[in-house]
Amino acid sequence: MTLTAFETAPLYTGADWDYDKVRRVYDAIEKVALGNMGLDCYTNQIEVITSEQMLDAYSSIGMPLFYKHWSFGKHFARDEAMYRKGQRGLAYEIVINSNPCISYIMEENTMTMQTLVIAHAAFGHNHFFKNNYLFQQWTDADGILDYLSFAKAYISQCEERYGHANVERVLDAAHALMNHGVHRYPRRRGPDLRNEEKRARERLEHAEATFNDLWRTVPTKAGSNSPLSDRDRRRTLLELPEENILYFLEKKAPRLQGWQREILRIVRHVAQYFYPQRQTKVMNEGCATYCHYRILSTLHERGGLTDGAWMEAMHSHTNVVFQPEFDDRRYGGINPYALGFAMMQDIERIATQPTQEDRYWFPDLAGRGDAMGALRDAWANFRDESFILQYLSPALIRKFRLFHVADDARDPEMKVAAIHDERGYRAVRQALARQYDIAWAEADIQIVDVDLVGDRKLMLEHHVMNQILLEEEEARAVMQHLANLWGYEVVLDEVETPGGTPMRRINVTPRVVLGGT
Amino acid sequence: MFTIVDRRLNPSGKSLANRQRFLRRAKEQVMRAVRDASAKRGIRDIDMGGDISISPDGIREPTLRRSSTGGQRDYVVPGNKEFMSGDKIKRPPQGGGSGRGNEGSEDGDGQDEFRFVLSREEFIDLFLEDLELPDLAKRKLAVTDAMDWHRAGYSVAGSPANLNLVRTMRNSLARRIALHRPTGDEIKALRQEIDDLERSGRDRERLDQARAELAEALKRTQRIPYIDPVDVRYNRFAATPRPAAQAVMFCLMDVSGSMTEHMKDLAKRFYMLLYLFLSRRYKHVDVVFIRHTHRAAEVDEETFFYSAETGGTVVSTALEEMARVIKERYPPGEWNIYGAQASDGDNALSDNTKTAQLMTDAILPDCQYYAYLEVGQEGMMPGLPYGGGPRETDLWRTYKQINAGSVLAMRRVTERKEIYPVFRELFAKDKAGQPAEVSA
Repeated sequence: MTLTAFETAPLYTGADWDYDKVRRVYDAIEKVALGNMGLDCYTNQIEVITSEQMLDAYSSIGMPLFYKHWSFGKHFARDEAMYRKGQRGLAYEIVINSNPCISYIMEENTMTMQTLVIAHAAFGHNHFFKNNYLFQQWTDADGILDYLSFAKAYISQCEERYGHANVERVLDAAHALMNHGVHRYPRRRGPDLRNEEKRARERLEHAEATFNDLWRTVPTKAGSNSPLSDRDRRRTLLELPEENILYFLEKKAPRLQGWQREILRIVRHVAQYFYPQRQTKVMNEGCATYCHYRILSTLHERGGLTDGAWMEAMHSHTNVVFQPEFDDRRYGGINPYALGFAMMQDIERIATQPTQEDRYWFPDLAGRGDAMGALRDAWANFRDESFILQYLSPALIRKFRLFHVADDARDPEMKVAAIHDERGYRAVRQALARQYDIAWAEADIQIVDVDLVGDRKLMLEHHVMNQILLEEEEARAVMQHLANLWGYEVVLDEVETPGGTPMRRINVTPRVVLGGT
Repeated sequence: MFTIVDRRLNPSGKSLANRQRFLRRAKEQVMRAVRDASAKRGIRDIDMGGDISISPDGIREPTLRRSSTGGQRDYVVPGNKEFMSGDKIKRPPQGGGSGRGNEGSEDGDGQDEFRFVLSREEFIDLFLEDLELPDLAKRKLAVTDAMDWHRAGYSVAGSPANLNLVRTMRNSLARRIALHRPTGDEIKALRQEIDDLERSGRDRERLDQARAELAEALKRTQRIPYIDPVDVRYNRFAATPRPAAQAVMFCLMDVSGSMTEHMKDLAKRFYMLLYLFLSRRYKHVDVVFIRHTHRAAEVDEETFFYSAETGGTVVSTALEEMARVIKERYPPGEWNIYGAQASDGDNALSDNTKTAQLMTDAILPDCQYYAYLEVGQEGMMPGLPYGGGPRETDLWRTYKQINAGSVLAMRRVTERKEIYPVFRELFAKDKAGQPAEVSA
């Protein structure tokens, strides 16, 4: 890294912050972030809030405005109780994937913490939101705040018109199905004229090129002029199977009224908006943590940060990236900050000072020199699962001393399947990547059929992986909500995959039909 | 380029609406918890908010998730020290695999009890729900000089200050359009045209015509006023008399030596509830505190609840004091009068007749409702006047003989936990309008 100019005077001294200092620091950070690191961010909007307001923001999943529902009040009550008792601290920052990118900083924090937060959220997270393909594909940063304000107004209107209890019931049901209200694959775009024309032309050319009059003379089986069975035709008509349950209900549930469909749609959109965040925890936090570390250390080297401020920042930083070992009392899973930050630093190391092993494992990356370029590439084009699969190096596996434990309920003991050695690297890496694959972590549930001629029974299937069934009590409760929305009986079959052996059936009839009159 | 916004002054409590929805949702459980909590509390903190814990039934948020037990699972964990691949490890006790810790406890937290903090207002609101002072405003004051003014549509007459501009102008506009009053722009255009024609000097025919049109237009303007008296509208206000129901509550308490600490505690709890209830529900209710031993005195709230005194017991003194205060400050014709008395039932033997007489002659005729709460020793069965328990107390017997119809209500309480139900029984909403009968 080349240092352009040495700024000898510190940007600020002391712990107190004011707007002038924040401005100065922001400008200095911006120079490093955009100039040296080449980040590409949405315009920033930094909002100063009190701890009280931070708690508020918690309760509406971090969004500045959100519709009203009792579950947010419940979360608020719990967070508040824990915060007041000192069992849990508040987050230093919340950042919203919107354009302009809103980040909250708390008034109680010291100037150094504000610096850290601005570097972390306003540049690290911001860059990630703007450039990662998942966010680009699934979220609309320009429109989200407007959409939420529409949603809030719409739902409160519904409450006035149809009563709190009725709206609450629909929202309860929709929330229960929220995780199954996302499209996991980008849908086919609506046909656009030019492409359609091109395809039609190609089809015609192909037909002409392969024309053979002989086919006309081949006799067909009498009576079955359609190759599709009834079931297939019905499923095609209803576009089944469908894994986005909320989408299916919104479009096809027979008894719902317009406003109820709109509420399902709102919940579905919100779920979709948060879908990328759930898939990029390690990368998102890793990116932000790496950014604040790089930016602050650059500022410190240039003399912009006093040694005291640097020590304070590093104190918070090390707390954040601390990874307890599995037998530690504090262990609570792998810390995404720790893993993410370590991987980013590792990529930098491999790009600039590779070992022989790195050259073997990462032929494209090792010694490439341009660490920031490599990182920006990674941040743009991966999600947690693919990122780990691609970039977790043997050196890092050794550093974390990762090992893979296989636990089969049928065996009396668990087995260490692989450790951090030559034979185990790939297995450990694969297993870890799979932990972050939410398609793997979440149950695969699809709507497979509707009994249209009979009693309109809705049929779902859970493809059971590794023989892990659903939590029965909760599944029943959710199916009850689903049945209430659908208006008729609902059946969930849990089927072993692969194999197709039925394992369990959950059968629910509606208790309160939400739609219709 | 960036913006920095100070949101600190934004109204806080953005999630208040969510909280209210949550409390409404969990009402049943919260009510139960609130009542349990109130029985355990000290007198001074009976009206405080605080921690309560409720069962999570009804506030669960179910999702479709995979079970945490069974099946084949893979874990990748950091910090290997001694394991080689192929080693066998004992399963940790919870069966959660080596990924113990957070996952289990976070869920577990939600499983058994849900703890959170209620504010003082929320606590009291829930605590006093559905209670009503019986028979309030039966003797509504005939002479009420309080009037409420409120909007009552529009009128064609009124004072200039009440002129409704919007209505007036709307009417005026409608009339002008209907009667084809030439607009300013039309006249201006005509004048412009005449001006142009005069200056150019050609097309005299048109010029004459335009002049005639202008004259006609000006005439119409004169004849059709811009605002006509028929357009004018005023805001109308109507007055409704506001019934001012005044009420006073007399709290009488025996603080003599025969009252044990336990009894005093019960009595004070009862009054504390009563006071809370009154001060929250009725802004216009006066409360008079009278405590007595062998003499009685009107005291302030603080002294009534928290200071100690000893002496004999003469109930009539308190009743006399009450009668005196009524006479001096609360003429029964103008006030709804309520009485509440707490005592262990002891009375000087010679005083019983006097007490009975005072009650029948002076107190009860003036009262809307009189509640007598007899506090007993701990461990004594409640409701003992009937059946083979201890004998009825002097005061109980005295009051029982007074045939006061529905004005006098009597209850016995021996334990803390009964206070609240008895209180609710005395002041339950459906009782309003038909006070409790004399009963035990």
